[in-house]
Amino acid sequence: MTDDITTSRRAFLAMAVAAGGASQIPVHAAQAQAAPVATSARIVILGAGAAGTALANRLRARLDGADITIVDPRVRHLYQPGFTLIAAGLRPANYSVSATADWLPRGVTWIEGGATTIDPEAQRVETTTGETLDYDYLILATGMELHYEGIAGMSRDLIGRDGIGSVYAGPEEAAATWALMDRFTDEGGEALFTRPATEMKCAGAPLKYTFLTDDYARRKGTRGRTHIRYAAHSGSLFGVPIVNEKVRMLYDRQEIDTVYNHVMTAIDPGRKIATFTTPEGDVEFPYDFTNIIPPMRAPQVVRDSGLAWQDGAFAADGWAEVDRHTLRHARYPTVFAVGDVAGVPKGKTAASVKWQVPVVEEHLVAQIAGETSDASYNGYTSCPLITRVGRAMLIEFDYDNNLVPSFPGLIAPLEELWVSWLIKEVALKATYNAMLRGRA
Amino acid sequence: MEDASIGMFIAVFEEIFGQGLFWGMVAVAVIVTLAYLYVLFRDRAVSWRKFLWAQLAMPFGAVGAVWIVLAVTKSHLRDMGGPVDAIVLLGVAVLGAIGLAILVYTVQSLVRGRQDDDVSLG
Repeated sequence: MTDDITTSRRAFLAMAVAAGGASQIPVHAAQAQAAPVATSARIVILGAGAAGTALANRLRARLDGADITIVDPRVRHLYQPGFTLIAAGLRPANYSVSATADWLPRGVTWIEGGATTIDPEAQRVETTTGETLDYDYLILATGMELHYEGIAGMSRDLIGRDGIGSVYAGPEEAAATWALMDRFTDEGGEALFTRPATEMKCAGAPLKYTFLTDDYARRKGTRGRTHIRYAAHSGSLFGVPIVNEKVRMLYDRQEIDTVYNHVMTAIDPGRKIATFTTPEGDVEFPYDFTNIIPPMRAPQVVRDSGLAWQDGAFAADGWAEVDRHTLRHARYPTVFAVGDVAGVPKGKTAASVKWQVPVVEEHLVAQIAGETSDASYNGYTSCPLITRVGRAMLIEFDYDNNLVPSFPGLIAPLEELWVSWLIKEVALKATYNAMLRGRA
Repeated sequence: MEDASIGMFIAVFEEIFGQGLFWGMVAVAVIVTLAYLYVLFRDRAVSWRKFLWAQLAMPFGAVGAVWIVLAVTKSHLRDMGGPVDAIVLLGVAVLGAIGLAILVYTVQSLVRGRQDDDVSLG
């Protein structure tokens, strides 16, 4: 399994490199496809984001006769890894936007509403559209909630004004953040970057955006009158120790003023002051430009469902209690969680989704067929950590904080390379789209 | 997905360029290659005059390919960060050079036909 994954990853990266060369190699599809499993199982997928859509497409191909329903009120599908490029002025806001309907396969029922209640005992979901869905199997792919109000004084409508940016909020907000960053780096001043103390999507994103702001200030010649501060929530910049050390060295090189164990708890847009809780008490930092990253938690319906962790690190924010290798619920074996909502360490990225979805697919199809599967998710996550426009580090790691480079000895994970930038720029969205269709 | 890597290649290329453009480019590459083989077999000779022009075209193919890749990826030569970057960039240049050389040779052969200086292949 591990070897297979490595092979497949290599194929993906080789493809990315080949794509950069704009070469065309005629190849022949040799897709091995097992015969579909006949079933009348009722499968409800909550969420039509990256995980839900990819899984719907794959299950549709693997199961013959299954009654698959996908529940999501959002008519727009958002390619979230593109938000950083939008907020760096490299892509327009619509780069990340497509229609949910365009990705969903025929034969899957889409309910354009949200789930209001999940009853795992009765195996039933109720929706905002007034429907009651009884299920045999439930997939939680709801994504997460960006809890802006978790920072006192902060709300979504502040984004794009008075120096308050927020790359995560959406494509329009990412574009508004770029407008602020562009203006800020024209003039210089006080830049403040941070991350929340909760689990979060792509923990590399706050670091990238700090690097990009530094890069623009240098290109525009305003770095000399710009102070960039990064307030880490813990004692490190990144959860993987070897990556943390590398980023620390790069931040030193770029003269990014780093403070540790600072968690943003309040913001005063009028005074342009942010308040941080630290072990030594509260401190205030001024800003002319900031990228707010809100606390993140599971959506209300999941937190209230009884499917969340009851204790431990994932309980407070209501992440789904699933086995970290099979993504099957610990107490309800017909329930799986995939993507951001899964209560597993790491793994809240599109790259993780790409490796999680086939594991859930294998276990679910095996269960329906009365068999078992040994498919296992090892925590694989990938983060093309942009260090400036034109260079990135292709960091890949697993649950155990091991680096798992796709091309050991060729594409070094801790080196700032143009090739890694090339992969982010050209091949990632294409691979993501292929994944949504169930083809990658 | 582990055993679908070639299919995945195609899927990703289709997403990068769009289905029509991708298969159009594949078709052009195949047609030019077939045309090149056709003129070699037809003439049963290599024309060194045409080959000279083809060689003169190579630097333009190399620079053009590198320029396109850098422009598409919004990057510059100064972004090269390690040996693998140089290798990939040289690979791009070599592909561009060979591609344009084959194209130039083939077009000359198709337009001008067999010439007196051709050296017979037997």
